[in-house]
Amino acid sequence: MAVSVGEAVSTGPVRDHTPPARRFGGRGRSVLEVALLAVLAVVMLFPVLWMIETSIKENRDVYAIPAKFFDFKVTMDHFKDVFFASGGGRSALSVSFLNSVVVAGVSTVLATVLGVPAAWAYSRFAVKAKKDQLFFILSTRFMPPVVVVIPIFLMYRQVGLIDTKLGLILIYTAFNVPFTIWMMKGFVDEVPAEYEDAAMLDGYTRLQAFWRFTLPLLLPGIAATAVFALIFSWNEFVFAIFLTSSDTVRTAPPAIAGLIGGTTVDWGLVAAASVVFALPVLVFAYLVRKHLVAGVTLGAVRR
Amino acid sequence: MGTVAVHGLCKSFGKVQALDGVTLDVPDGSFFVVLGPSGAGKTTTLRAIAGLEKLDAGSVRLDGRDATGDSPAARDLAMVFQSYALYPRHTAYENIASPLRARRCSSSEVAAAVERMSSLLHIERLLQRRPAQLSGGEMQRVALARALVRRPRAFLMDEPLTNLDLKLRVEMRTELTRIHRSLGGTFVYVTNDQVEALSMADQVAVLKEGKVQQVGTPAEVYERPANQWVAGFVGSPPISLLPCHAEGDRLVGAGGWSLPRPRWTTAEDGRPLLLGLRAEDLSVEQRGNASLPGELYGLEPLGDRTLVDVRVGTVILKVKARPGVTGTPGERLLVTVDLDRAHLFDAGTGLALSEAGR
Repeated sequence: MAVSVGEAVSTGPVRDHTPPARRFGGRGRSVLEVALLAVLAVVMLFPVLWMIETSIKENRDVYAIPAKFFDFKVTMDHFKDVFFASGGGRSALSVSFLNSVVVAGVSTVLATVLGVPAAWAYSRFAVKAKKDQLFFILSTRFMPPVVVVIPIFLMYRQVGLIDTKLGLILIYTAFNVPFTIWMMKGFVDEVPAEYEDAAMLDGYTRLQAFWRFTLPLLLPGIAATAVFALIFSWNEFVFAIFLTSSDTVRTAPPAIAGLIGGTTVDWGLVAAASVVFALPVLVFAYLVRKHLVAGVTLGAVRR
Repeated sequence: MGTVAVHGLCKSFGKVQALDGVTLDVPDGSFFVVLGPSGAGKTTTLRAIAGLEKLDAGSVRLDGRDATGDSPAARDLAMVFQSYALYPRHTAYENIASPLRARRCSSSEVAAAVERMSSLLHIERLLQRRPAQLSGGEMQRVALARALVRRPRAFLMDEPLTNLDLKLRVEMRTELTRIHRSLGGTFVYVTNDQVEALSMADQVAVLKEGKVQQVGTPAEVYERPANQWVAGFVGSPPISLLPCHAEGDRLVGAGGWSLPRPRWTTAEDGRPLLLGLRAEDLSVEQRGNASLPGELYGLEPLGDRTLVDVRVGTVILKVKARPGVTGTPGERLLVTVDLDRAHLFDAGTGLALSEAGR
């Protein structure tokens, strides 16, 4: 390095960096940040951790005082109990899980199939009173399920949808379509309409233009929207507990809740069932995490 | 065959009247330019021809047949969009092939047509790239190739050169004229650049606020502007307009100047007029009998010429002069006017005075 003596004296290598005072300040903030985040993480994650621990503990370790964090014997018995009845064959819980898969899956597919074309139409066409219509659609989500569940219960009893999977599928679809329309409209708005214009001049019909050129560009958005809808249907509790009663129809959330409340509670089974229940949604959310954030922040940034 | 005729097009977006009775007749095989400032309704006109815009009123006829209600696909047109609108997930090849694929051409036909277009537009090496991997000029060529790959009734072009840099734009101007000559076909070309209009068009339609101001050849529009607005919009530098009125055989201006009255002027004495003078019809170097006294306001050396700004009364005249012209601001001088090439407009209506006698 060719540095003159004067320079070498006046600016030592240490002071080449940011002045010390500011550096300490910066480090202090980041320590505080890390500490706060750590506290938050512990508070948020401890129940999850405890759930996982309980699911693999033997029952006497579950009740041990003081609580055993690490020195317990690992068992998979609870997970076996989730899926298999004690006398052999499938357990009631496993039937509930299957019901959840069917109900959440079908309602998500229906909401997507109905919502995506609707979102496209609202984005592309001059619809009369478009804003009012969109607000009305959104307003159906304003009311919490617990408010509408009684009228829906009465209606369902009239038409024989009480205690049927179809009933749950319909109500979940109805709840998800407004959300799907709103979220998908954001994604459709981002795709220039000129692709479809160009395709129509190429000789495609409007629907072909949508199907061949716009839809492929919407796939990430559709995946993100579908996962949101899936999470709602998968986790939904209020409708499920009011509108279903038999073990063959009941979905997992009320079934797991039903495990609690007897004379003795098998916490290991509850925890194992909860772990099994939480996994699919976590996996899906992880797979589309990039698009989930994109979906939520869409429109926040002007391009 | 490829005639496009629109009649009485009206279209409003909310409170904005984008088209207000636009009527145009595009002859078969012509290069027809729709010229106007932004917001004049040029693009809406083009989209109405393409069938992408639902009209409030008016009709579109293609090859003499009413096509007003037809779908874009049924109209058998091709279009180049201002944004190019290349399909982002398709290669350049597939983009160009798209109109043929939509019409279920065999893959050997498609290959032959794409090859022909890519050699015409010199884009052979770009065919396997996606739009994101192309520069603006390359995208523009691919978009052109997609439009030209078929032989539709007419080619619609929506400011295709606007997004290119100046050098490329000049190049593509020549290129497009060459393509029009070699391929034939009817071109309807929208632009806000009057240089493009004057240099490429067989026919120009000047549009302003959804109304057609004038239709004619570039020379007609430039040399016989129908009104004051067209005179000001077409031509660079813009035409200078001097308020004046006729008095006997003289034209008398606001600043006290007077010029011999052109013989063809039909205006009665005293009616407020505007005298339109183009920079190239004025001179500060020659002497003639028709001249205006003014003072030097500024000089704009432009390389091949110098624009001399001369203040006459309250108006600044733009005068075209030799590159080496010098002078000091404030200096008194005389501007010689070529009165045979001057324009007169009614100051109230803006309409050109009848030049029938000219």
